[in-house]
Amino acid sequence: MTGQTISEKLLSEKSGQNVQAGDYVEAAVDVMMTHDVTGPLAFEVFESVTGDDPELVAPDNTAITIDHHAPADGVKAANNHNIVREFADKYGAHQYDVGDGICHQVLVEEGFVSPGDLVIGADSHSTTFGGVGCFGTGVGSTDLGTTLATGKLWFRVPETLRFEVEGDLPDGVYAKDLILKFIGDVGFAGCTYKAAEYGGSAVESLPVHERLVLSNMAIEMGGKAGLVAPDEQTVEFLAAQTGTRPTVPAYTHPDDDADYEAVYRYRADTISPQVAIPSNPENAVPVQEVVGTDIDQLFVGTCTNGRYEDIRIVADIIEAEQLAPNVRMVVVPASRSVYKQMMETGVLQTFVDAGAIVQSAGCGPCFGTHQGVLGDGDVCLATANRNFPGREGSMNSEVYLASPATVGASALYGEITDPREVALNRYDDSVLEGVGV
Amino acid sequence: MTETRTDCEIDTTQPGHAWTFGDDIDTDQIIPSRFLVSTDPAELGGHAFNDLRAEFASNVEDGDFVVGGHNFGSGSSREHAPLSLLGAGVDGVVAQSFARIFFRNGINLGLPVLICPDADQIRDGDTISLRLTEGTVTNHTTGQEYDGEPLPEFLQTIVNRGGLVQHTRAKLGGE
Ligand code: SF4
Repeated sequence: MTGQTISEKLLSEKSGQNVQAGDYVEAAVDVMMTHDVTGPLAFEVFESVTGDDPELVAPDNTAITIDHHAPADGVKAANNHNIVREFADKYGAHQYDVGDGICHQVLVEEGFVSPGDLVIGADSHSTTFGGVGCFGTGVGSTDLGTTLATGKLWFRVPETLRFEVEGDLPDGVYAKDLILKFIGDVGFAGCTYKAAEYGGSAVESLPVHERLVLSNMAIEMGGKAGLVAPDEQTVEFLAAQTGTRPTVPAYTHPDDDADYEAVYRYRADTISPQVAIPSNPENAVPVQEVVGTDIDQLFVGTCTNGRYEDIRIVADIIEAEQLAPNVRMVVVPASRSVYKQMMETGVLQTFVDAGAIVQSAGCGPCFGTHQGVLGDGDVCLATANRNFPGREGSMNSEVYLASPATVGASALYGEITDPREVALNRYDDSVLEGVGV
Repeated sequence: MTETRTDCEIDTTQPGHAWTFGDDIDTDQIIPSRFLVSTDPAELGGHAFNDLRAEFASNVEDGDFVVGGHNFGSGSSREHAPLSLLGAGVDGVVAQSFARIFFRNGINLGLPVLICPDADQIRDGDTISLRLTEGTVTNHTTGQEYDGEPLPEFLQTIVNRGGLVQHTRAKLGGE
């Protein structure tokens, strides 16, 4: 018998049977998450299945955030926030309020997720948790609502596409560039119903905040999960972040002879900074091809690239400079703790001095409902994950996706700029270094 | 948005007519977004395939089947798509492959879904039936039988109970 992928091993463990790709299993879910948009529907499902005696199966492992319309942009959103607060209060779930941060970031920071966990979130970017060795996946409100009551959910064990990058990443190339390249190569639906596994020496040497980027955007190629095998770096990161030292279960590592549907191999030194042009993340091109494109707005944030290290890279570039005339920059930290780091290290000051807008932690304009939406004809360069038509506002606006370094360099010139034109830093996980980096 | 098929045992379906569609039928083609204001299955069913095959909603009969090519149900994750097919009276969907979320939503709502690589051999109007335990499709018009992927037992139980909500209720009630 051939070996198993991470997904096969982890779902074998959680279902108590030895499974392979294509099998259907009912598996024990470790952590459940929902937020102010998908929560209210999931709560209805939960209450409809539990009848007279509703009880969360694992209140300690249930987290609900208010992050999408936060702070409330209208009465409906405000009412949804109240529904979330009441539900969490009534059933004893962990609840995070306006300004606490984006669901995916909060779960990592608050110690909900450890290597080997099966995590479901009623949000498609729940693949993010693969960056710390969890099988994280997005589900619908019916799935989430029933699992809140039972702790179990059915899964089809996915086939796996493996992406291996060997060597040292060149200057200006970050995890964001790698994932844009992968998505460009396999296409927007290339990993549908499959899991992505990321490996090779370049991935192994990535700090955890960068691994989270690879996992986060697995969904932009249709992936059900995006997994990086956890290692000593993961353990150190989580220990520093949460105060608890996790163990790394053997089932979070693939067998050497695992059966992959395909293996994509890259040499790090051949990859250049990538930009996904409108209006699909699969439209990745080397930055050289779009240099000079005029920009109206720069957006730094989201569950993809709204961490302290990402924001710090942008701050380093614009420090002691002003934004180019006629551009505006919106910065939205991924969590309150990122916000505090920005304050403590002077990064906040740098943005304000340069003429940028810094908002409270949350999703911000990422999905186009508030706090910096785009108007007709506006062009935005964002550290976000999606650039569908209308994603950040008007159907007649355009969004380009890139790394924080590319966004920072472009802010100085008001047009898409090759990040290798400016001095660039690369950061280890700040939590391991103390806040000052 | 609860659908009420609590009664049926759908290991083997009754024969019904096939409505065939091609590859990459996305959820917008199944139920265009302007009809999403409702969550009533019957009302949604009246608009199923509205722009793609206008005659579908008026001519489909209870117990008919939808047959797709590859990547059936791609695009937005709206549960309204399988709900509209249930509302239209469709007894199951056979496709060469499904988009992940449509497949999940189908099972969660109690709509039999079957992956069958030979689905492209079924012609529009053929009479077919499904056998979910074996994962097979019988074409009564041509006498052929096609092999597909059997639904595992517990997913059949979910489908048979009418979906994940009813299934969970039954489980929590001490099955
Ligand atoms: S930041 Fe954007 S992609 Fe991430 S959870 Fe919020 S809305 Fe979704």
